[in-house]
Amino acid sequence: MKSLFWQRMDLIVRSLTPFILTLVLVVLGQVPLHIPGFAEVAPILPLMAVYFWAIYRPDLLPATAVFVAGLIQDALSGMPFGVNAAVFVIVHMVVLSQQVFFQGKSFLIIWLGFSMVAAGAVSMIWLLNAMVFTSFSSVEAAFFQYLVTVGIFPILALMLVRWQRTVLAQI
Amino acid sequence: MKNHKHKSIHGLPQPGSALGNRFAYITLLLAAFGLMLLGKADVGVMERARAHVTDGVAPILDFISRPVASFDRLVEEALALNEVRDENARLKIEIQYLMEWQSAARKLSAENSQLKSLLNFAPGTEPGFVTGRVIADTGGAFVHSIVVNAGKREKVSKGQAVITNDGLVGRVHGVGSRSARVLLITDLNSRIPVVIESTRTRAILAGDNTERPRLIHLPPGAAPNLGDRIVTSGHGGSFPPGIPVGIITQLSDGGVPVKPYVQRDRLEYVRIVDYDLQGILDANSAAEGVGVFK
Repeated sequence: MKSLFWQRMDLIVRSLTPFILTLVLVVLGQVPLHIPGFAEVAPILPLMAVYFWAIYRPDLLPATAVFVAGLIQDALSGMPFGVNAAVFVIVHMVVLSQQVFFQGKSFLIIWLGFSMVAAGAVSMIWLLNAMVFTSFSSVEAAFFQYLVTVGIFPILALMLVRWQRTVLAQI
Repeated sequence: MKNHKHKSIHGLPQPGSALGNRFAYITLLLAAFGLMLLGKADVGVMERARAHVTDGVAPILDFISRPVASFDRLVEEALALNEVRDENARLKIEIQYLMEWQSAARKLSAENSQLKSLLNFAPGTEPGFVTGRVIADTGGAFVHSIVVNAGKREKVSKGQAVITNDGLVGRVHGVGSRSARVLLITDLNSRIPVVIESTRTRAILAGDNTERPRLIHLPPGAAPNLGDRIVTSGHGGSFPPGIPVGIITQLSDGGVPVKPYVQRDRLEYVRIVDYDLQGILDANSAAEGVGVFK
């Protein structure tokens, strides 16, 4: 009886990890790394998690969770509330609609897919910020941030793949 | 494994629940856009919410940022060992140069105090400082801000100037009970009243989310020169005058780009200039200041 309870608890905790990992990435994205020139182009880490889990385990990171992660990202990053929330939810929606396409594709295709999704996401963030602040942010900086985000993706994706195969294998 | 994944993925977006899904997405997007509008209409509510979230995460960030900072210092020290000889030689030359400046400064300081007493000059109040550690650099191309681990508890309040020994960092933008958000001078929304030190030409230093904020609203006919120092003018309230901001390294038509003295990646501890805290650190900072001229 007791072991059954713990088994259930174990399953619940494991199935919460995609959301928790997404939140961890939100917080990690804010840590000052003291690398010259890095802060301006720091990658949007939670975007990668949103994309990854939308492809592989959308059941464990539903749209509402993505929305909440976006709100916390907004709060911590200092962007207007709702910007990242909207962009993350749209990314979730777009990726989920292409579910059939992403099924069983090679990593290169997944990466390519991310490069397109991230392009859309960064453009949207730029546009929404411009609308709320009614002034234009540097396009160049946004472009470099996009490049860094796409460049870091494989490293993070590999970690998430490992996580999925070990921690989430039984769920 | 593959089989398993297949099953769970098809668990959610079934045709039957497509309508429900669409409804959920529309609701969430409407909520997001509603928040954006609300944020425009009532800035205070959103800033309080932001301060609460930042406060909640502050202890975690405080914890994580410590090892990162000490690791960075370790790497830096190791790299610096290589250049100790060269640096020593350079520093010796610099000391000689600075000694000359010191004597000039002593002379000027004496002269200044003499003239002040002649004029019966009423000195401005000496501000106090709160020192905070940088626990978050929000990063990214869209917002240039940092979070420090000092807040209302330390009597930090909105609008105060944030400085380091190098110069102006930015302005306190939001305050929680144990954390404060600082808008850097490079941020899109940063506008700092400044003067060109040599000519006393007034201008506004406007950030644009690049590393080089620009001087705007220069009076017609003003001719800034390469190498001109930019300092705060003290106009507009909480900023004390004379804080070094940056230097003109380039002249162009659409606003003059200024290279800030403060390097964002080197920010570790910052001082928040606090006019309400008179007397606490006053004696110390004053003594420090005098020490230079002794």
